[in-house]
Amino acid sequence: MKTIQKLLLGLGAGLLLIGCGNNSKDGSSGAMASSNAEKVYVAPGEHDEFYAFLSGGYSGNLTVYGLPSGRMFKEIPVFSQFPTNGYGYSEETKAMLNTSFGFVPWGDAHHPDISQTNGELDGRWVFINENNTPRIARISLETFETEEIIEIPNSAGNHASSFVTENTEYIVAGTRFAVPNPQRDMPIDEMKGEFKGPLSFISIDQEHGHMNLDFQLNMPGFNYDLAHPGRDKSHGWFFFTSYNTEEAHSMMEVNASQNDKDFIAAVNWQKIAEYVENGGGTKVAGTYAHNTYDESTMTATTEMKEGVISVDPRNVEGAVYYMPVPKSPHGLDVDPSGQYIIGNGKLSTQLSVYSFDKMMKAIEDKDYDGDAYGIPILSFESVLEGVVDSGGLGPLHTEFDGKGYGYTTFFISSEVVKWKIGTWEVIDRLPTYYSVGHLTIPGGNSRKPFGKYMFSMNKITKDRYLPTGPELEHSAQLYDITGDKMELLLDFPTHGEPHYAAAIPAELIKSKSKKYYELEENNHKYAAKSEADTRVERNGNEVHIYATTVRSHFAPDNIEGIKVGDKVYFHITNLEQDFDVPHGFAMIGANTSEILVMPGQTKTITWEPKREGVWPFYCTDFCSALHQEMQGYVRVSAKNSNTKLRWSLDDEWKE
Amino acid sequence: MKTASITMIIGSALLFGLFLYPLWSITLEAPQYPSGIGMYIHLDGLEGHEKHDIQNIDGLNHYIGMRKLPKDDEMWEFSVFPKVVGGMAIVGIIIGVLGFFKKISYNWFLGWLILMVVLGVLGMIDFNNWMTDYGTNLDPKAIMKMTDKEGNPLSYKPPLFGSKDILNFTAHSYPALGAILMGIGMSLTCVAYIIGFKKAK
Repeated sequence: MKTIQKLLLGLGAGLLLIGCGNNSKDGSSGAMASSNAEKVYVAPGEHDEFYAFLSGGYSGNLTVYGLPSGRMFKEIPVFSQFPTNGYGYSEETKAMLNTSFGFVPWGDAHHPDISQTNGELDGRWVFINENNTPRIARISLETFETEEIIEIPNSAGNHASSFVTENTEYIVAGTRFAVPNPQRDMPIDEMKGEFKGPLSFISIDQEHGHMNLDFQLNMPGFNYDLAHPGRDKSHGWFFFTSYNTEEAHSMMEVNASQNDKDFIAAVNWQKIAEYVENGGGTKVAGTYAHNTYDESTMTATTEMKEGVISVDPRNVEGAVYYMPVPKSPHGLDVDPSGQYIIGNGKLSTQLSVYSFDKMMKAIEDKDYDGDAYGIPILSFESVLEGVVDSGGLGPLHTEFDGKGYGYTTFFISSEVVKWKIGTWEVIDRLPTYYSVGHLTIPGGNSRKPFGKYMFSMNKITKDRYLPTGPELEHSAQLYDITGDKMELLLDFPTHGEPHYAAAIPAELIKSKSKKYYELEENNHKYAAKSEADTRVERNGNEVHIYATTVRSHFAPDNIEGIKVGDKVYFHITNLEQDFDVPHGFAMIGANTSEILVMPGQTKTITWEPKREGVWPFYCTDFCSALHQEMQGYVRVSAKNSNTKLRWSLDDEWKE
Repeated sequence: MKTASITMIIGSALLFGLFLYPLWSITLEAPQYPSGIGMYIHLDGLEGHEKHDIQNIDGLNHYIGMRKLPKDDEMWEFSVFPKVVGGMAIVGIIIGVLGFFKKISYNWFLGWLILMVVLGVLGMIDFNNWMTDYGTNLDPKAIMKMTDKEGNPLSYKPPLFGSKDILNFTAHSYPALGAILMGIGMSLTCVAYIIGFKKAK
């Protein structure tokens, strides 16, 4: 009865839309198109309902979008230098990109995940992993800035990351490219049995979010691809897919696809954490950088750390098991109840659904099917709960709507399939344009999904937008998932290559978003908190300029006595104390970048003058009506000249 | 006389509200200030609606050559006004108490009110003079020198009461809670006089 009422209501609404203001003669498609347009229309000045944080893939960064509009609000630099605001170029932020390999200016950002409390999104931080030089970053959801990056030693290809346990106890990091552990010079073709796939567990300090590499589980050298924590009833466990159980080292597409089944590793991290807390594990070598940005000093520092606790999985009774999974699986997802673990078999048509209860029973009954390097393999039949026979090809990732349905992407058949938890029957399917990788439902990997929208992030764009030459941005599609049938609402281009995204209701975080930095709380070593504090100091060939900005001038704006061969530090403090009044700074010939300085903030950029002359600098952000006049000059004299060091604003010279 | 005296005491005491709440509020509105920018005028100084509004108003005003808004110690009014208002409140209460014990007549209530009105008007004149000076006595090196149709320099004086368009801003100037309490208080002292007058008949 209720369904009929809803249908009638829907029909009525539809008729109304056809009746009202639709000038198009093409009534049949017009009604549908106009109602979809309304669903994504966020009127000028109105706010979106959700924030979405899309990984930038090879851009190394994180982009912030609004849903349902698909509008991009911000690109947050994380693992890559960002000349737009000076991240990774400025003296304050350069340390964020330090690693044990030295300064790495680029990263491959993959899987953002929002912090949780009791399995629900709490909007404190977003974490994101870097695949190439294994790292995990933490981004504040008050400043929308990267605050911390920790390197993961002894690992390679940090892909099964950075997923968050349900009280943000741990973030996980995997190893997708098995490597010698410890690293050593050895023949590649002797890899089998020698390489390892460490799984790292990074504990999170609940107050500040600081990350600490707690322990590494030194797993056999398979390729650990993706992961998800258990939740609710399965809280305390972490699940990882693996491929290349063949342990091939070359022509992997063929040689790593020979075994009929690979493994899902089930790891009881609570048990191992307890073991480590009681002195278990051994300290092994491993050098890694831990970079933290201090909001008070506005400066990042690198601490180079040495050594990590390594745990042999065979030494912790009942903590690690393998579950067979159809060959070369990719994504692994856990439903909101924590009961079902979904293995997405990227080369098959099926999803394998495992039951947590059955897994526990199989462990209890020791229902093993042999072992791999001493780790028990649970028999496939004893843990398998069901199979989603999708009819699609190449399942990759699954998210949940909290209403009893799973949504799985199919890369090869380029579609999203909706299926029912429990009966495993397919309810609906819609194409994606084209070749979808990940998908996201706000909270869709938590205990409390917000099942209103789902968006797919696609690997191939082709003809979806006006062509822009051979290189195209990737594309996403937004779907309405409130009804039985999914409905495609919107295409929107994305930046870099989004692998996964985390989305959250705007209400949970928007009021916490910082508007500017309080000047009085600025503890930067080189801050000038008023024009009276501005000065220039020489220390050998280093010159420190303590300058300020306010609409619309620099203080000082004339500087003399700089010499060829000097290293000049411009420490720019923005004295403004109002929302959205940044000032920029750029110096002719600087081999760095500009900096964008937010109100109350101090940032530093260096310049090494090469030639004598009088050289201008200016504000790069159109800050005010007199922005064009916001400029200054530096007089550069010969290396051995006697030009006096002096500076001025409005011809009041000081020295 | 008891009712009248109590009314007098309450009315005078309401002046103390000016020590808790601002006298006046001036708000500036423009499209790029969606939540407005503005200041409260207290007896003893100026305060931004938001923490940094005074600094931001000064920042805007420097384009047209207006001086910076006065700090608490830069205007004699900010030290004298609290004394005058506090003194008048105490005197009013004393008069009320004396009236209560029938030591003096209700005519004192009227006397107090007249003095208060005179002082209030003087205060308004002083305030208006300051705003005129602030809005017209501009830096000769001002970045923007705007003139009216006749070619006279534009005045940036905010209205004493009401709203006015000043360049891209609309300025709203209205009494704040402290002044409203003072107004109620003064009305009450008037009521006290009337009650006293009627009872005496």
